Amino acid sequence: MITHAGTVAKFQARDVVRSRWLAAYVAFFWIVTEGLLRFAGGDARAILSLASVVLYVVPLVTLVFGTVYLYNAREFTELLLAQPVGRRALYVGLYAGLTGPLCLAIIAGIGMPFVFRGGVAEAQPAMLASLVGAAIALTLVFTAIAFCIALTCTDRLRGLGAAIGAWMVGALVYDGLVMAIVAAFDGHPLERPMLALTLANPIDLARITLLLQLDVSALMGYTGAVFQQFLGGAVGTLVAAGALALWIVTPAGFGMRAFERKDF
Amino acid sequence: MIAARGLCKSFDGTPVLRDMDLDIARGRVTAIVGPNGAGKTTFIKSLLGLVRPDSGQLFFEGEAIGASHTYRARIGYMPQIAQFPENLTGADFFALLRDLRGATSTDERLIDALGLRESLGRKLRVLSGGTRQKVNAVAAFMFEPALYVLDEPTTGLDPVSAGILKRRIMEERGAARAVILTSHILADVDELADDVVFLHEGKARFVGNVRDLKRQTGQITTERAIAELMLRERAA
Repeated sequence: MITHAGTVAKFQARDVVRSRWLAAYVAFFWIVTEGLLRFAGGDARAILSLASVVLYVVPLVTLVFGTVYLYNAREFTELLLAQPVGRRALYVGLYAGLTGPLCLAIIAGIGMPFVFRGGVAEAQPAMLASLVGAAIALTLVFTAIAFCIALTCTDRLRGLGAAIGAWMVGALVYDGLVMAIVAAFDGHPLERPMLALTLANPIDLARITLLLQLDVSALMGYTGAVFQQFLGGAVGTLVAAGALALWIVTPAGFGMRAFERKDF
Repeated sequence: MIAARGLCKSFDGTPVLRDMDLDIARGRVTAIVGPNGAGKTTFIKSLLGLVRPDSGQLFFEGEAIGASHTYRARIGYMPQIAQFPENLTGADFFALLRDLRGATSTDERLIDALGLRESLGRKLRVLSGGTRQKVNAVAAFMFEPALYVLDEPTTGLDPVSAGILKRRIMEERGAARAVILTSHILADVDELADDVVFLHEGKARFVGNVRDLKRQTGQITTERAIAELMLRERAA
């Protein structure tokens, strides 16, 4: 099974790496990083600004790219399933074949500007590493969610709509909702529900892991502030990272079940 | 070689295969024909494990389909629509199949016969529909399977290429392999098929050799005989 998954991943990745989409994705990060390094006034501030870009862009691109990728691969998936390959191996191969190049694109796009300037000057390399780590985690989470959407909606347009809707909820609506709840229950102890709400949104989670790491509360939403107050430091990072891991495994597992039971 | 027993499948409550029984023999070309929605595609997909029947059983060389995927190493499948990852080349695609099947030797006669050799290094995206269909055909014939499943094999091919493919199909029949094909081009069915399976509303209404079909319907050509079967079903 592992060799089959590896084979599928290798050739799918070869296809994705050659696509113009991916080149544009690398170029985007390269340009944004380079621009921020030149004009943000200091590496630390550049990385912070880059973090807020990553938190919005990575989920959106991954969701859209992931659903389109699986829809486009539908006929080819049938052809591969007619070979002596198990469904589980094929699913893992498709997932790895997409997430691999997407993660490499992020590493290349963000990393190259630093490489060309001869390293990370004033900011700690750890800061940059946690930013790239959060971007990779978000890629893994939202590819899994994209696969779930594409496997449960047979209609392409609806699937794409659901993907964009999922992004809007996670990236935009959610924080507003949290603020509304805070306003509505003014004066009540809200710490525990707030923690629960944060764990329920992978974008918030990634933001918190990042910001706890970067130790800046300026960019934090309300949920972030609560999180730091409660868990600040190593424990909070661990809890958030664990929750992120759950956010990868759960949709990926759900997608695999759907893939195994599906009629093609 | 293939035996279906009481095969049932419905999609969203609409039955497509209804208690279907069918046997298909090796060394023969079997054409599956029938009106749209008769269950041709669903039967083929069940055979390939792409569709899971609701009930009933399907055997390939005595082995029940559904438990394992290894039996598919003995099947060569040519789908109706050839869709590949856009940025792979034909050579990449063949390498992928070779790796998945763990094949050490491949039969590449069709590559040269169809004049595909120089297109193999180019991205599949830039190839014409007909050329992609040739790639598709080569893939089905590469690994010397025991069974060929060919879904509308000549669609999109120019007459010369279609002729080459048909000649190859006849050779494989001679090599005691089984060929299942579906085709809307009844002249192809006439030319290639030894046996005809006529599906209607999820059941095999006629199974037999072409001569019997003609005799039973009182027609001279396969095309007319099949049309006659359809008309009878409609009248009934």
